[in-house]
Amino acid sequence: MLDFLTIYFPEFFYVLCALVSFDTAYRATKNEESKVGTTLFWALLGVIFMLGRLLPNVFIGAMLVVMGCLTATNQVKMGSFKESTAEFRQQSSEKLGNKIFIPAVSIGVMALILSLIQYNADSAQTFFLKLSSFFTLQLFSFGSSSGDPTALDGAVMTGVACLVALVLAIVICKPKLSETRSDTSRLLMQVGASCLLPQLLGALGSVFNAAGVGDVISSIISSIVPSGNVVIGVVVYVLGMVIFTMIMGNAFAAFTVITIGIGIPFVINQGGDPSIVAALGMTAGYCGTLMTPMAANFNIVPCAVLETKDQKWAVIKSQVPVALIMIVIHIVLMLVLAF
Amino acid sequence: MEYITLIGIVIIVVGFALKFDVLATVIISGIVTGLVSGMNLVEILEILGSSFVSNRLMSIFLIIFPVIAIIERYGLKERAAYLIGKIKNASAGKVLAIYSVVRTIASALNIRIGGVVQFVRPLILPMAQAAGENIKGEKLDEKEEESLKGLSSAVENYGNFFAQNCFPAASGVVLMYGTMAEAGFTEVTIGTLAAASIYIAFISVVLSFIQVFLYDRKIKKGGNK
Repeated sequence: MLDFLTIYFPEFFYVLCALVSFDTAYRATKNEESKVGTTLFWALLGVIFMLGRLLPNVFIGAMLVVMGCLTATNQVKMGSFKESTAEFRQQSSEKLGNKIFIPAVSIGVMALILSLIQYNADSAQTFFLKLSSFFTLQLFSFGSSSGDPTALDGAVMTGVACLVALVLAIVICKPKLSETRSDTSRLLMQVGASCLLPQLLGALGSVFNAAGVGDVISSIISSIVPSGNVVIGVVVYVLGMVIFTMIMGNAFAAFTVITIGIGIPFVINQGGDPSIVAALGMTAGYCGTLMTPMAANFNIVPCAVLETKDQKWAVIKSQVPVALIMIVIHIVLMLVLAF
Repeated sequence: MEYITLIGIVIIVVGFALKFDVLATVIISGIVTGLVSGMNLVEILEILGSSFVSNRLMSIFLIIFPVIAIIERYGLKERAAYLIGKIKNASAGKVLAIYSVVRTIASALNIRIGGVVQFVRPLILPMAQAAGENIKGEKLDEKEEESLKGLSSAVENYGNFFAQNCFPAASGVVLMYGTMAEAGFTEVTIGTLAAASIYIAFISVVLSFIQVFLYDRKIKKGGNK
């Protein structure tokens, strides 16, 4: 039972992700341009999803390098798709009314409910509904329960919630399979290679860790910043997240480096609550995102879409005052909530 | 010197700044960092591969795509547009304030409603413009129009950014979780991270309200002159 919940059940949902990727690879064989590259890219991703736990790690690493070569040489492209017409969507939305929101809302609600379920970590024979740290309800039990309760795997939470939503969507909309497959591939191709970015940056963080990048940064900072002073530690961590995010245009990339290099030694190891420090560190990075042209999809593309006179800075100009106030709030909140 | 290990960061900064391919930049940065700190290629690929596989949770959202594909085809956005369009008698600030709340809640529940292309340009901006002219009593001048466009985009970004981590399976939350777990903080779960993100989501709505109502005041003054 324990093996099933912690190993096989999450793998089941990664296999479903692989199927989405494989179907996109199949669709890419009908691409007009870059047929081979695009097909290979999504097929490799599918293989990593499906067989990630079975294949040797060095093999996965090599596959990532191949995928990087494919995107670097511009061989992963969007296909052409037949989209639904505006009339069809309008008609359908009038027919279905607010029922169309049920699947969307059910993803969030189901994930929330599942996040409350816990089981005993030793044998997974007893299940609890944890409503708060004071009140826990035993749901059902198959045998002796021992061990600390633990939450469900994240893949299981999201996966079950999505399957429920998918069933509801099918019941409510009665879609055609071919259309749904085509739309799904279109969504994935639209997001494209950047859908891998968080996962890959996480892997980069591991290499940085092994190479001791965090140690070097923290030794540089610690030669400047007196360790043990919580206020200075918090200010440096928050500003580090903001500035690093502005340089890279991406708070995710900044988070791993700055948190390992500054956040952990200078804030968390001084007694800060790790969850609060991490959560505020990440959103401090988002304040940086609001102020940088590097985050083109959030700050530059909207200027083009809304046809502003100033094609580069119009959105950033409105965001800077709020971002600056938010930075101060982050520093204050981290000092108040984490200590 | 050991400062050479920082070359990976330089590669990322340069690569992102010059808009090189993102995947390739990240992979090259990882390989170079590993090589200069004395690992061999096999070791580096092993770390990259094993970490990529153990971070698969970050890309679990692929599984949501079929659901989105269905509900978008069957008129989700059209229905949402209809509901927002029913709110009458509003000022520019009120339109944007309501959108800010809707966008924030949707973002916190990981519901994909919003976007400058899908929502702001066809729906929110025209409504806000009309409502703004209504309270000003005349047409908006070029400057007012320009700042309203900036503001509409800004409200979209605030709601999107600061509320997204309230959802326990959001990619930001799983990245934080992965980083903290790797650093040995086992008490951190995606639940505690999501809970810790609620304060900022709330504050961002308050700040959006202040900013959009200040805009209302400014164009009202402009109209009375």
